[in-house]
Amino acid sequence: MTGYKIIVLAKQVPDTRNVGKDAMKADGTVNRAALSAIFNPEDLNALEQALRIKDSFPGTTVTILTMGPGRAAEIIREGMFRGADDGILLTDRAFAGSDTLATSYALGQTLKKIKDFDIIIAGRQAIDGDTAQVGPQVAEKLGLPQVTYVEEIKSIENGRVVAKRRLESGVEVVSCPIPLVITVNGTAPDCRARNARLLMKYKHAKTVSELQNSNEDYLHLYNERAYLNIQEWTVNDIESVPAELGLSGSPTKVKTIENVVLQSKGAKVISSSDVDIEELMKDLIESHTIG
Amino acid sequence: MNSIFVYCEIEDGQIAEVSQELLTKGRSLATELNCNLEAIAIGHQLEGIEKNIIPYGVDVLYIADDKRLAPYATLPHTSIVVKLFEEQKPQIALMGASSIGRDLGPRVSSALHSGLTADCTSLVIGNHEDKKQGKVYENLLYQIRPAFGGNIIATIINPDCRPQMATVREGVMKKEILDPKYKGKVIKLDVSKYVSDTDFVVEIIERHMEKSKVNIKGAGIIVAGGYGMGSKENFRLLYELAEVLGGEVGASRAAVDAGYTDHERQIGQTGITVRPKLYIACGISGQIQHRAGMEESAQIIAINTDPEAPINMVADYVINGDVADIIPKMIKYYKKNSK
Repeated sequence: MTGYKIIVLAKQVPDTRNVGKDAMKADGTVNRAALSAIFNPEDLNALEQALRIKDSFPGTTVTILTMGPGRAAEIIREGMFRGADDGILLTDRAFAGSDTLATSYALGQTLKKIKDFDIIIAGRQAIDGDTAQVGPQVAEKLGLPQVTYVEEIKSIENGRVVAKRRLESGVEVVSCPIPLVITVNGTAPDCRARNARLLMKYKHAKTVSELQNSNEDYLHLYNERAYLNIQEWTVNDIESVPAELGLSGSPTKVKTIENVVLQSKGAKVISSSDVDIEELMKDLIESHTIG
Repeated sequence: MNSIFVYCEIEDGQIAEVSQELLTKGRSLATELNCNLEAIAIGHQLEGIEKNIIPYGVDVLYIADDKRLAPYATLPHTSIVVKLFEEQKPQIALMGASSIGRDLGPRVSSALHSGLTADCTSLVIGNHEDKKQGKVYENLLYQIRPAFGGNIIATIINPDCRPQMATVREGVMKKEILDPKYKGKVIKLDVSKYVSDTDFVVEIIERHMEKSKVNIKGAGIIVAGGYGMGSKENFRLLYELAEVLGGEVGASRAAVDAGYTDHERQIGQTGITVRPKLYIACGISGQIQHRAGMEESAQIIAINTDPEAPINMVADYVINGDVADIIPKMIKYYKKNSK
């Protein structure tokens, strides 16, 4: 048994779950600087499923593929600290403004270039858009079957993956041949913590761009220790039709963005005193709203 | 003019609520655009299903009936929808933002290179002027949804690619039969022409579906809790109040993410949309994604320690204070004054 080649699709996202009061600027635009960038939560659930396969099948490799700006290399390192073997950062201005379809095209072309993989695992959805579209769109681009909303990979045998899916109103266990695309639900087990040994090993792992921007005295180490080099791919590293990329490859366009301006309905404000609460309950009973 | 298509989800021979709601919305859009409303039902033993679909004002219903098509599986349903859309070239396609619609929709959009917008809270027809190209697009589908932490509302359009695809959560649109005697055409598809053997490589080994025990959508009174409840223990207070008032317990996404309660109780853009006669929002700040799912409630009471909370803006009553103090008082004075 030689293990499986797994690609984890991951995204660095603004932490929209912790939007503070300074998330919006005075002019009503989003203050991106106030939002920290994190490893998309369900992509961490996806990484854990990949690492579990690696635990069970020696020889398995886990590669993180992410598309984003240069700083997205952070999540590749984060993944390596937790057990991923390596990563590819797909970064180029040509991808800017991509909607889910253009994103899946770029990822699909990258995966066609990688070619040698058995299982693609992604989080169900990213918290900055909640669309859950990129996983299935990539599967379609590659002509692969998909198993969405996975909570547990139960077995891999005879070239088939058996997985439990969590649906709105139940569960389903399905068997799907390799290669395939899996998307993982937030109800799946959390990702394991960083491993101290891996943290030491990979903390200086860098992309070419990061290396060029750093003042390290020991650049020679990056030649000796290949594992410290995070692959950085641009549009030139994949085959693509320019019209399919970025803004021009995105069928959906944002027509307008409106800031939410709330106009008060003019609520009756009451205190938490016994008198006020009793009065409220009497009103509600009298108006037949309750009772 | 090209039609509007609705994908009808079927479970145990029944059409999903969300599909009935979308048929209703699709009918009103089709009337506005003066085009046909068409629908596709894919499954097994679908005899007579048209009686439950045509009355929504469906002009043409396509039925793909085959033993291998139920329960839902991604690949065969994708193949049928993609081929049918290639033949019929609808201008708009609507699907539920459900386990099925969110599995199928992206796959279809990827195959057809058409734009898909998830979890729309409103669908409107309108024009668009592309000033750069000096081009005016008439009668596009505005796909409207909150975005980015709920601080903005985005209107998304698909100017050039067809169909314009959108998913919508259950409860967002209202269902209404147009005419029980509506005359629509039924076309049975020759399934073998639409699917191939490779569409059946994924095998369903086990399946346990259960009807949700929670009926939030149908509840007249909803007591909902947010992150401000502070703990799972405090959340129990909501169940006590809901039981006394004869209501159901709902939650904001933040409360669900914090593990205070289950996802099936989540109200809002990515949960359920409700319109009860009374909505009591406890410790909920009221980001737009949440408000999108409850602001049409007849009466809203907001209980919050933050006088600036957005929820207060849509409320009829605001009680400033601690939920742990206020809820027991509400229970006490309800019991004292009822009957």
